Amino acid sequence: MIHSLFLINCSGDIFLEKHWKSIVSQSVCDYFFEAQEKAIDVENVPPVISTPHHYLISIYRDKIFFVSVIQTEVPPLFVIEFLHRVADTFQDYFGECSETAIKDNVVIVYELLEEMLDNGFPLATESNILKELIKPPTILRSVVNSITGSSNVGDTLPTGQLSNIPWRRAGVKYTNNEAYFDVIEEIDAIIDKSGSTVFAEIQGVIDSCIKLSGMPDLSLSFMNPRLLDDVSFHPCIRFKRWESERVLSFIPPDGNFRLISYRVSSQNLVAIPVYVKHMISFKESSSSGRFDVTIGPKQNMGKTVEGVVMTVHMPKAVLNMNLSATQGSYTFDPVTKVLTWDVGKITPQKLPNLKGIVNLQSGAPKPEENPSLNIQFKIQQLAISGLKVNRLDMYGEKYKPFKGVKYITKAGKFQVRT
Amino acid sequence: MSGSGLSYSEQGAEVAPELGQEAAPTTTPSAPAAFGLFSSDAKKNEDLKQMLESSKDSAKLDAMKRIVGMIAKGRNASELFPAVVKNVASKNIEIKKLVYVYLMRYAEEQQDLALLSISTFQRALKDPNQLIRASALRVLSSIRVPIIVPIMMLAIKEASSDLSPYVRKNAAHAIQKLYSLDPEQKEMLIEVIEKLLKDRSTLVAGSVVMAFEEVCPDRIDLIHKNYRKLCNLLVDVEEWGQVVIIHMLTRYARTQFVSPWKDDEMVEEYSENNFYESDDEKKEKDRKVKNTYTMDPDHRLLLRNTKPLLQSRNAAVVMAVAQLYWHLAPKSEAGIVSKSLVRLLRSNREVQYIVLQNIATMSIQRKGMFEPYLKSFYVRSTDPTMIKTLKLEILTNLANEANISTLLREFQTYVKSQDKQFAAATIQAIGRCATNITEVTDTCLNGLVCLLSNRDEIVVAESVVVIKKLLQTQPAHHGEIIKHMAKLLDNITVPVARASILWLIGEYCERVPKIAPDVLRKTAKSFINEDDLVKLQILNLGAKLYLTNSKQTKLLTQYVLNLGKYDQSYDIRDRTRFIRQLIVPNEKSGALSKYAKKIFLAQKPAPLLESPFKDRDHFQLGTLSHTLNSRATGYLELSDWPEVAPDPSVRNVDVAESAKEWTGILGKMKKEKTEKFYSESEEEEDESASASASESESSSESEEEDEEEGNSDESSGSSSSTEESSDSESDNKASTTKKTSRAADESDAENIKKKEKRTSEKRSASSSSDTESVSSEEGSSDSKSDSDSKSDSESGKSKSAASNKKEEKAVQDRKAPNKDVFLLDLDDFCPVTTPVVVPTAAVLSPSLTADLEGLSLSSSSVIDVTKPVSVPTKTHELLHRMSGKGLAAHYHFSRQPGIFGDRMVSVQVTIKNTTDQKIENIHIEEKKLPSGMRMHEFTPIECLEPAGSITVSMGIDFCDSTQMASFQLCTKDDRFNVNIQPPVGELLLPVTMSEKDFKKEQGMLTGMNETSATIAVAPQNSTRLVIIERVMKAANLGVVPSGQDNIHRFAAKTVHSGSLMLVTVELKENSTAQLVINTEKTVIGSVLLRELKPVLSQG
Repeated sequence: MIHSLFLINCSGDIFLEKHWKSIVSQSVCDYFFEAQEKAIDVENVPPVISTPHHYLISIYRDKIFFVSVIQTEVPPLFVIEFLHRVADTFQDYFGECSETAIKDNVVIVYELLEEMLDNGFPLATESNILKELIKPPTILRSVVNSITGSSNVGDTLPTGQLSNIPWRRAGVKYTNNEAYFDVIEEIDAIIDKSGSTVFAEIQGVIDSCIKLSGMPDLSLSFMNPRLLDDVSFHPCIRFKRWESERVLSFIPPDGNFRLISYRVSSQNLVAIPVYVKHMISFKESSSSGRFDVTIGPKQNMGKTVEGVVMTVHMPKAVLNMNLSATQGSYTFDPVTKVLTWDVGKITPQKLPNLKGIVNLQSGAPKPEENPSLNIQFKIQQLAISGLKVNRLDMYGEKYKPFKGVKYITKAGKFQVRT
Repeated sequence: MSGSGLSYSEQGAEVAPELGQEAAPTTTPSAPAAFGLFSSDAKKNEDLKQMLESSKDSAKLDAMKRIVGMIAKGRNASELFPAVVKNVASKNIEIKKLVYVYLMRYAEEQQDLALLSISTFQRALKDPNQLIRASALRVLSSIRVPIIVPIMMLAIKEASSDLSPYVRKNAAHAIQKLYSLDPEQKEMLIEVIEKLLKDRSTLVAGSVVMAFEEVCPDRIDLIHKNYRKLCNLLVDVEEWGQVVIIHMLTRYARTQFVSPWKDDEMVEEYSENNFYESDDEKKEKDRKVKNTYTMDPDHRLLLRNTKPLLQSRNAAVVMAVAQLYWHLAPKSEAGIVSKSLVRLLRSNREVQYIVLQNIATMSIQRKGMFEPYLKSFYVRSTDPTMIKTLKLEILTNLANEANISTLLREFQTYVKSQDKQFAAATIQAIGRCATNITEVTDTCLNGLVCLLSNRDEIVVAESVVVIKKLLQTQPAHHGEIIKHMAKLLDNITVPVARASILWLIGEYCERVPKIAPDVLRKTAKSFINEDDLVKLQILNLGAKLYLTNSKQTKLLTQYVLNLGKYDQSYDIRDRTRFIRQLIVPNEKSGALSKYAKKIFLAQKPAPLLESPFKDRDHFQLGTLSHTLNSRATGYLELSDWPEVAPDPSVRNVDVAESAKEWTGILGKMKKEKTEKFYSESEEEEDESASASASESESSSESEEEDEEEGNSDESSGSSSSTEESSDSESDNKASTTKKTSRAADESDAENIKKKEKRTSEKRSASSSSDTESVSSEEGSSDSKSDSDSKSDSESGKSKSAASNKKEEKAVQDRKAPNKDVFLLDLDDFCPVTTPVVVPTAAVLSPSLTADLEGLSLSSSSVIDVTKPVSVPTKTHELLHRMSGKGLAAHYHFSRQPGIFGDRMVSVQVTIKNTTDQKIENIHIEEKKLPSGMRMHEFTPIECLEPAGSITVSMGIDFCDSTQMASFQLCTKDDRFNVNIQPPVGELLLPVTMSEKDFKKEQGMLTGMNETSATIAVAPQNSTRLVIIERVMKAANLGVVPSGQDNIHRFAAKTVHSGSLMLVTVELKENSTAQLVINTEKTVIGSVLLRELKPVLSQG
């Protein structure tokens, strides 16, 4: 399956290589660089590249290209999904998945990669298992290790590996037993010029942070489970329970993990919590244009919309922008032509407005199309779909856990065409 | 040594000290500074070497870390090999691991030195710690040194029957490694694969299928027997394994089942209809096939068991299921995957890219699947271009009369996009919509013409190309558009567009007779500066005009032809020569020039605007080949559906075979109905297989009807678990016993066949009508009637009045006469000594129990009574032949729960007649039972023939005590006092529980409920298998899966009161063991302890 892995940074340096079978020369990456050059934008590098003897499957994460070398037929998603899992693991271990973090922890990275793949086939990818095999670096541990000479490597087989619940490690102990659930919903929407919704749907996830001792068996039920249109589960969830009773029943992994992700279908009407009034125009003659945008809240169940940020990719012809904002601050990057307006909280009494003049390159033709506005926002204590957790029960352990549920609604890919 | 050889080439002066150092770790002064650049690197390695030779682990560890850092960067660290390899036996586990990393990287280059490490691994392969065994196997198999192939082979074989599923998983991985190292070993490896395929651990399943795919993907026959198991295990396999298994099963299913598609061919727009249209008869036939189609239950099983995986968080799994449904499901059902695929579009761009590609292919063939999700494919300005174009592709595929207006509005936005590449693609898309949907062709054309005035050249050029294609499909009166385009020629510089315009004008030059010559004039002027593509079209235009309007253009054309004659490109020179010969009449030109007009101005077929994904559908979806649209190495073709399904019975898990296996374990056992087993099981379904097995037993083995009933009820109730355990012992028991027993059984089966034949012959002699009912030796599913008829035919001979008694009795009685017949035929017939067949008997490996538990989703803390794990063959004497006046009786405990009542222990009594007369009316009388004890007698035996024997079962409630049950065994004229005393181990019923539950329960049963003892364990008893086997033999306990190698746990509950009995055997050092029993019933607990002690300490 996966033959080798190369990590390449943005400037094209191969800073890590790992081979699971015989060694593949670095020169195979030249094909990748070629494709990268052709693509211009990093986003457009094709994930699958065919070379005379190998196939390269790559992902781009946190300014690093993970390029894997494949020799025979394999489902490409298999490799892509695995590479993302590798990146997730780095993130989990080092707090960030950056070049410096990887270089600083190269030994742990190597040990991890060794455990995650055997002969190119995934062996252990569950973070709970990996953490038992190879302990994540902490300052305390590195001090202790240097004094006592003990190691980061566990010497027993993680019990999870053998049990039927590989995601949980055994012998978990906490003094405070807590279970937190964050219901996070994102609104994906395309709003057209006139303000009507072209497309809108809600993508939700429930992220959990579970710190419970022993082997707790949890079941989480919703007030309105029928809302969930399409759900994907963490492997710990018992599918049959969900099918029959619409209850999430599971023995949770230890720590942070994504319990489910779901979609509330576009058939249901999705409430759009903000509206945008815009007036963007370019004048041919004077090589300038006008820019006037106002953001206001729509009906949103009495919650305030906060963390509002607008980003606009202005046309190439734009030289500079002279704007004034009634609230928040704006920046315009003349190189990437990205306008960012950090609005903050929206108060219905005084609507935030950004207005001013756009300077165009003289002589350049006026831009064909107005740029579309990407909006971000956040609403605390609200799940826009109306999803509500009913109760959480715990079986199998005797203590009383502390339980908490938090709701939050965010803008996902929220785009206003102008 | 190549290590020093390498450094030799770098700097000769260092060789000597280096070699010296290898022999004795004395530090020598490093290379002189004069060596400059080279020496700094060498010096560094020098101090690494010193660190590696130091006695301190921390220094070694540091050095290893630095070396790993070098490897990671791709720097050469091979010269350190000798120094590193010495540390392979280090006690420090981290150093060890890093040395492994190093070894795997460089062993191939330094094969001789690598051999030094092999013995360490061989030793580690025997380590009691499964992690160490596994990692030793991993490293050993990763060292790509051909010399050790035999060692690897041996190690793999051994590991494949390891008790730990983790080690077996690693063995499966090692198979692939060995195969790539030495393909010669294929045959041997296939054997190992075959063995591992039978493994029931979810941990192993994915890896072994991977090995199968790599080594012998064509050996589909290995899958048959494991097909259902794999389907059932699939949900519990780890996600990566799921992907591999699903892909394999897809291929498998395409070879084994008939197409489910014929059914809905009519409904689908899939254009196979044309094929049959002319042939009505064929169609008729087809309809017939359609009417009779029913899906193979195995096919259904696969579809049913993969469906939940659509909910997986892993995109690869979802995609794998989607392609499975696409390739295997009836078209009406494939729709369920679209929702999940659309969900994946939220994922990162790489996943989106692959998923969109697959959707694009799907949407060409079956629009309906994705139509409801049309809006999910709307493009965002922030999407990367490759995603945008794919989405556009799908939108175009989905376009139809109903949604085209919304789509066109959407396209309008896209055309204006700043991303010009995307805008161009949109224009192409509009063109395709226009040709596919005739209603909107004109609208589209007008829109495209508007775009001709666009400022961006790429957009205009693309529009021209598309308009050209559109005009060609609709050669109506579009003179205006052509004129408009002719004007554009002055401004457009993009070669394709220019070429397109020129071709259009040339093709329709008769519609624009005034403009065309003028265009030729202009282009002739700029000829030398044009692109090749344009030049060719200028030549074409010239030729066409020459033919239609030679008066005006003759000279112009000749001028162009002259220019072409001296062009740099031979292509153009070639074309020029060709055209000249054709159109300019001269003496040399042949007959062709007469037809020049026909050649040039022929009606040309309109180009078909097609999706670029049209030709991808011959690749299996979700594969690399599909993504690349070219065959990748190792791509396995998905075969077409077979016309006629191959024999479905090959997938039947052979109950008989597994039955044979467990009889082998239990000891010698005579079975009379192997024959029936075969014929029955072939027709039975997986789920009912075990139930039917016991049914057939009940009808043919002539045991007590009611007992069997209980048995079969139970087994059907928990059919899945029964089925599971039935062949589970494959890895536990030595294969030798299996083989011998199998051989023995086979010969038995033959004998039985003979018997059957003879009896049937006899019967046919006696009555002709009977023969028919019996003759169905190979496949009468109704074994009941079969055996009934037997007893009928026999009834005349035997004087018993069985036939008019109630059913129960009839069945019981059948035995005697039947046997009579057999006895006459066979000399080697020995009386049946053993007991009821317990369909589950086998030593359950602990991992299996864990797996079983994983299968039931509501497992949380359930303590279930399970089937006994092994049934001891030890029998106790009830009545000796001498004291019983020729009547002998033995009893043993069958470990069958709840046949006569929940609290009864079932006892099997075998009664033998050693006299030469019939013994009649054997029954029980005068029970003298202690208070509370109860007994369920066996039904009286009417008559026992001389030398005959019969086994009956009875139930006794011992009240959880070891007191005797005394009673009288009576015959017609005698009565004998007998008694049954139960060993304490038989007063229990095994239960399964998880380790967690066990510990919890144990925690509640401490203090005075706990009895313990330290015992010396005989060395040969210290392996897990032996301990389990011995303990099981002594007492009816259930194995509890244990995470530790040295602790073995067993659980049971007492038959009468149901109180838990928890047994823990913990192996200590110097061959002692701690035996702990926790139970409320302290008396029984201490008795059990006393009994278990010798069991483990005895050799």
